[in-house]
Amino acid sequence: MAYTQILIAGFGGQGVLFAGKVLAYKGLTENKQISWLPSYGPEMRGGTANCSVIVSDTPVGSPIVSEPDILIVMNLPSLDKYENAVVKGGYVFADSTLIERKVERKDVKAFYIPATKMARELGVPTLANMILLGKVIKETGAVSIDGLKDALVKTVSAKHQDLVEANLKAIEAGYRYEE
Amino acid sequence: MAVVFSKPKALTDAPLHYCPGCTHGIIHRLVAEAIDDLGIIGKTVGIAPVGCAVMAYDYFACDMVEAAHGRAPAVATGLKRAMPDRIIFTYQGDGDLASIGMAETVHAATRNENITVIFVNNAIYGMTGGQMAPTSLPGQVTQTSPYGRDVKTVGYPIKVCELLSALDAPEYIERVAVNNVKNVMNAKKAIKKAFQNQIDGKGFSLIEVVSSCPTNWGMTPQKALDWVESDMIPYYPLGVYRDKSAKEAK
Amino acid sequence: MAKVLMKGNEAVAEAAIRSGCRHYFGYPITPQTEIAAYMAKRMPKIGGTFLQAESEISAINMVYGVSSAGRRVMTSSSSPGVSLKQEGISYLAGSDLPALVVNVQRGGPGLGGIQPSQSDYFQATKGGGHGDYHLIVLAPASVQEMADLTAKAFDLSDKYRMPAMLLADGTIGQMMEPVELPPETDGNAVEKPWAVTGTENKREHNIINSLYLVPEQLEVKNLERYERYKTVEQNEVMFEEYMTEDCDVCVVAFGIAARVSKNAITAARAKGIKAGLIRPITLWPFPKDIIAKTAERVKGFVSVELSMGQMIDDIRLAESCKKPVALCSRVGGMIPSPDEVLKAVEDMEGGKF
Repeated sequence: MAYTQILIAGFGGQGVLFAGKVLAYKGLTENKQISWLPSYGPEMRGGTANCSVIVSDTPVGSPIVSEPDILIVMNLPSLDKYENAVVKGGYVFADSTLIERKVERKDVKAFYIPATKMARELGVPTLANMILLGKVIKETGAVSIDGLKDALVKTVSAKHQDLVEANLKAIEAGYRYEE
Repeated sequence: MAVVFSKPKALTDAPLHYCPGCTHGIIHRLVAEAIDDLGIIGKTVGIAPVGCAVMAYDYFACDMVEAAHGRAPAVATGLKRAMPDRIIFTYQGDGDLASIGMAETVHAATRNENITVIFVNNAIYGMTGGQMAPTSLPGQVTQTSPYGRDVKTVGYPIKVCELLSALDAPEYIERVAVNNVKNVMNAKKAIKKAFQNQIDGKGFSLIEVVSSCPTNWGMTPQKALDWVESDMIPYYPLGVYRDKSAKEAK
Repeated sequence: MAKVLMKGNEAVAEAAIRSGCRHYFGYPITPQTEIAAYMAKRMPKIGGTFLQAESEISAINMVYGVSSAGRRVMTSSSSPGVSLKQEGISYLAGSDLPALVVNVQRGGPGLGGIQPSQSDYFQATKGGGHGDYHLIVLAPASVQEMADLTAKAFDLSDKYRMPAMLLADGTIGQMMEPVELPPETDGNAVEKPWAVTGTENKREHNIINSLYLVPEQLEVKNLERYERYKTVEQNEVMFEEYMTEDCDVCVVAFGIAARVSKNAITAARAKGIKAGLIRPITLWPFPKDIIAKTAERVKGFVSVELSMGQMIDDIRLAESCKKPVALCSRVGGMIPSPDEVLKAVEDMEGGKF
């Protein structure tokens, strides 16, 4: 039975919480048990943000992810902070445009995606988070790539529905990316 | 025998507990007469304060709520929002309205809550035995200003009508007194208008009634009424401070 | 109905609306702001009231006004704001008025922090304001329970004419989980002949009041109220038992602490330690009987709390100090990890406490 604990971390404004929501909604459409827990603080932009997502076949216990199976980091401080928390044999996904160093641990699977650069080139500069997510889905199978659009339609607020396609495009680019 | 004078229907038969010479009785009667005249007793809910008028809930025959000290305008807000077709009034003293409840007063006024506020200003805390009120006059001797209110250390009295008139929202603000027949007649008119405004959906109406407290002022009732004329009214000038509808009609 | 994904705070707001609550008063404070934001959006569209009050004190007194009129009403805040509301809560209790107060707790005392906490347990369960009184206190441990217990709180509050408190924390308020929302009701199931809706010249005037200057009368009022409280204690206790049938060590925890404890219990069981959990859902009335019964056969209890140890007193009272009770806690916005709880369970199992 799968019980996947995911931690996504970066600067506020990078879409860390949103990426977690997409995972959560996708899990919901797959009839999984899920929880989504954001960090919250006084700042809206620029500070650190992280979110815990659990996608599981069994009921979710604590919603706090302290030992992630999958770590997604979008800045260096987040990699420094959480690298050692990842379980043995777990996954680390790093935005290599913003994080120059490599993952030091040898007992985890590390993936480097120049997500911020790719997003700029794709003409969707704010969607590096979705590019990373595409790669996560490809490598871990935490959720399925099929039917992602339904989850996106639910995650994206009503007034921004025109952005669903751009998000989908970014996820697909990440999904196809090979180092 | 023909009845030439009777108690308003909006008052119960409960004997009032107020001190001899206190003007709360007159003001209760004026409020009750306004309710009777407008025929609204069955749809009126009154709110009693904490202070001398705390037991007003026993005296008014309409539905009544007893509020925490100073919170009557917030309670009135809740009642009015829940029942927009009901007539809601508060009856508050100076400590209740202008000290501990100042925030509730100002904000209810600035929301132009469609309620009627009867504000009794006798420049002293009566129920607790004569302490300094936010409206006690400069130099006034009270239990907690035994050497007279020293404006250098405790500040000046708050002129509620003037203060609330600085707000854009309120519909009607008037200061009246009940120290002589002419003023009582005028007070009755003002109080009735404050209720009529609510019936017409016009918004926040506050009537400040300059009143007396012979017991805690240490005066005979007549002397207290004289002091209202000689000392209170000069500091708290009577008159209409805000009448939005009348202004707009011009 | 299909499940939807919602934040705990939003689930409270939607469940309240579905329970017939059409009046909300509040003042902004983290981490409960989503409740106010949700109400601000929805209430105007359904003919309800959302009003951002000038203070917590005003908000609770607006609640007092609406409740006096016999309508369902709520306010929400977080710890420092709930302290400000205590005056009004005491008046609600003293006037036998129903209402819902939601506390999405954060660390304290003072301004404290904004991260989750359970350190308002004493305030919620032992009174909080002045005078002898109780609130019905419900402690949700999931987004689903944020919705379900909101509906339940309104029902119990109306039924027993006493204010109810939903005692959540920052985690449960902020997290999203799938939730099935409660059915729509008009909230008028309980008759309220005491309400001040205007006499319509058809009855004596109603008075909503907590002042009784004659001590004999005030004593009678208190005694009557405590008779009612006794009925609540007999009929309304709610708790969840998790793997307690054969447990040697019984963890007691509510809210987010119970979620963490479940992970620890799974880990303990994997190591061959028979651990179980009693999760109080009503904190008042506290599930005393099940704790007393469990005390007969376990080695000891572990109280897991996000406080310096508040519920632990109630556990000890419930089991009359028959068995040891250890405290496993983090405070100030910190949450115990499953490992920390596991360690406490292992220590209790090994007789180290």
